[in-house]
Amino acid sequence: MKRFWTALAFGFAASAFALTPAMAASATLAKVKANKLLRCGVSEGLPGFSNPDKTGNWMGIDVDVCRAIAAAILNDAKAVRFIPLSAKVRFTSLQAGEFDVLSRNTTITMSRDVQLGLQFTGVTYYDGQGFMVPKKLNVTSAKQLNGASVCTQTGTTTELNLADYFRANKLQYKVIAFEKDDEVTAAYDAGRCDVLTTDQSGLYAQRLQLKAPADHIILPEIISKEPLGPAVNAGDPAWEDLVRWVLHAMINAEELGVTSKNVDQMLKSENPEIRRLLGVEGSFGESLGLTKDWAQRIIRQVGNYGESFERNVGQGSPLKIKRGQNALWTQGGLQYGLPIR
Amino acid sequence: MLRVLAMFSARRRLDLVAQALAVGFAAWLLYVLFMWAFGPGAAERFRFLRDETGYDIIQHLVPYTEQSTHARALLVGVLNTLLVAVLGIILATILGFTIGIGSVSGNWLVAKLCEAYVETVRNVPVLLQLFFWYFAALRAVPGPRESWSLFDSIFLNNRGLYVPSLTPQDGAGLVGLAALAAIALWIALSRWAHDRRMATGQGFPAFWVGAGLFLGLPALAALATGLPFTPSFPSLQGFNFEGGLVILPELIALVLALSVYAAAYIAETVRAGIEGVQRGQVEAAQAIGLTRAQTLRLVVVPQALRIIIPPLTSQYMNLTKNSSLATAIAYPDLVSVFAGTSLNQTGREIEIIVITMAIYLTLSLLTSLVMNWYNARIALTGAR
Repeated sequence: MKRFWTALAFGFAASAFALTPAMAASATLAKVKANKLLRCGVSEGLPGFSNPDKTGNWMGIDVDVCRAIAAAILNDAKAVRFIPLSAKVRFTSLQAGEFDVLSRNTTITMSRDVQLGLQFTGVTYYDGQGFMVPKKLNVTSAKQLNGASVCTQTGTTTELNLADYFRANKLQYKVIAFEKDDEVTAAYDAGRCDVLTTDQSGLYAQRLQLKAPADHIILPEIISKEPLGPAVNAGDPAWEDLVRWVLHAMINAEELGVTSKNVDQMLKSENPEIRRLLGVEGSFGESLGLTKDWAQRIIRQVGNYGESFERNVGQGSPLKIKRGQNALWTQGGLQYGLPIR
Repeated sequence: MLRVLAMFSARRRLDLVAQALAVGFAAWLLYVLFMWAFGPGAAERFRFLRDETGYDIIQHLVPYTEQSTHARALLVGVLNTLLVAVLGIILATILGFTIGIGSVSGNWLVAKLCEAYVETVRNVPVLLQLFFWYFAALRAVPGPRESWSLFDSIFLNNRGLYVPSLTPQDGAGLVGLAALAAIALWIALSRWAHDRRMATGQGFPAFWVGAGLFLGLPALAALATGLPFTPSFPSLQGFNFEGGLVILPELIALVLALSVYAAAYIAETVRAGIEGVQRGQVEAAQAIGLTRAQTLRLVVVPQALRIIIPPLTSQYMNLTKNSSLATAIAYPDLVSVFAGTSLNQTGREIEIIVITMAIYLTLSLLTSLVMNWYNARIALTGAR
C-alpha cells in the first residue's frame, strides 16, 4: 500500500512537471492582454512591407502580421502600436523588450538565430537580393557590373552578399553604404552610384520613390536567399508559438480557400481541416492562451496570406510583384502552412 | 578610528565621508570595467575582432579587403575619422581666423559679411548643413561620363575628384629624408633669425628661405635619384575612373560641412580674443610706425591667442566628435564602419560601443593635451 502511495505521488509530480512547459503562460501575452495593445517593430517606411499611408495608417505585409496577432489576441486588428526602427537598432531594441514582435523585413540567418537571443517564427516573404540600374547604362546582367559603384544600406546582410557575389565573379566594385534607406535612394537618384542593391522586393519599392521610375530596371540576377520573417525575444516560448501559428493560420486559410469574404460560410464546412482552423472542432486556440475563434478573427479582420500579399505587394498594389517563390507549395511556390492538428 | 575622526570638525567629517564614497564608487567602476575588459570571459567577448569582416570599405588608408579582420576595420575607421578631423581642423582654423579677423575689420562691408556668415551658419543644425553640402554638390556636378576635366588629368564628377598620383619606387625614401631634413633646417633657420633679430635688430626672411629649402631639397633629391616615381593618371574605364587618386564626395562634403560650421564658432572666439586686447596696445604699435598688418601679426594676434586657445580647444574636440555624422552620408568613419557595419555583423554592441567611446575619449584627451601644451608655451610667464 505504501508503495502505491509513493508511486501515485511520484506520478503526480512527474505529470505536473511534464505539463508545466505546455501550461506555461506567456508573460508577453499577459502584458498584451493587460495593455490591450500589441507593440510591433517595423521599418522606417518600406512600401509593401511596412509603410504609413497618407493618413498615417501603417500598411504592408509585415504590418499585417502584427494586425493578425492583435486580431487573434484582442479581437482588434487596430490595437497595434507601430515602432519604426532602423536596420541597425532593430535587434538591440527587441532584446531590450521595447516591443513584442519584430516584423521588419528581417532576413533569417543562422548567426542571428543562434547568437542574438531571438527566435524567428516563420517566413512571411521569400526574398533575394537583386540589383537596380539606370536603363541608360545598357546593362542587362549583373555580370557586366565590373568597376561599378554600388549604393546600399549598412547594417544588413546586403553588404556581405554584395562582397561575396563580386568576389566570386572576380568583379571590382566600390560600395557606398548609407545608414538609412532614404539616403540610399537619394544618392542613387543623384547619380552617386551606378547600382542600387537590396532585397528585390525593396528594389521595386524604392524604384517608386525615384524621380523617373521608368528609367530604371531591375536586373534578373538574384544573388542571395533572403527569407524574411518576424522574430520575438527568446525566453518566452509560448509567445513564440503564438506568433508562429498566427502566420501559419493565414497560410492554411489560403490553402483551404478561406478568405475574409467567405469565412462565415466556411464555418458550416464539412472539411475537418477547415473546422479545426476555424475552431469549430478542437481547442487549438485555447492551447495558445486564446479563444477558439482566434483564426476566424485573423481571417475576418486581416485576410488570408494570399489576400494580404495581393493587397500589399501584389497586383492590388503599386509594386505589382508576382507571387513567384511566395506562391503556395501546391502552386510551385515555397509557402507551406504547417498542419493545425 | 573614532578618535581620529573626532579630530576633525563636523563639516570636515562629512566631507571625508563623501570623498571616501566617491573614491570607492570610482574604484568599483574601474574594477568592473577592468574585469569586463580583461577578466574571465573577455577573450571570448573580444574574439570577434579576429574574425573576417566579409564587407568592403570604399576608403582605406591602410591595406584592407573583405578578408581582413574586424580589428583591421577598426583601424581603417579610426584613420578615416582622423583624416576628416585633421583636414577639418586645418580648414576650420584658416576660415575661422579669416572671418574672425574680418569681423573686427574697419571695413563696414567686410565686417557685416563676416557677421552674417557667423549668424547664418551657427544657427542651422550641422546635420542639415551636411546633407546640403552632400546632395547639393552631388546634383551640381555631372556623372563620370560627362566629367569636368582640367588638362585631361584632373576630373571632377559625382563620384569624386580624381587627381594624378605618384607611386613611389626604389630610392623614394631619399626624397622623403630630404624633405625631413629641409623641415629641420627650416626650424633651425627661424630660431637663428629670431635670435639674430633679438640681438641685432636686423630681420632675415627665414620663412621664404625655409619654404624654398622645403621645395628645393626634395626636388634635388628626386632629380639625383632619377625621379623614383611612377605617375598614374585617372582615366575613364567602364563605369568609373581608374588610376590616380580619388577624393570621395563624401569626404569633401563632410570636411566642408564640419569646418564651415566650426569656423563660425572659431570666428566668434577669435573676435572676442582680438577685442580682449587692450586698445592701447594697437595705438602704441601704430605710434611706433608698424603697419596695420604688422600690428595685427606682431602685437594683436599673439596676445589674442592667449584668450583664444582654451575655447579653440573645445571647438577642435567638437569637430572631431561631430565627424561621427559621417554615417549619414556614407563616409566610412569609425562610427559608420566599426560601430555600424561591424556591430551589425557581429552583434557585439556593448564591446564595440565601449571601444568606440574609448577611442573618441582618447582623441579628445590627446587634442586637449596638445592644445594645453601650446597654451602653456604662449602664456604670459613673467620672466622669460
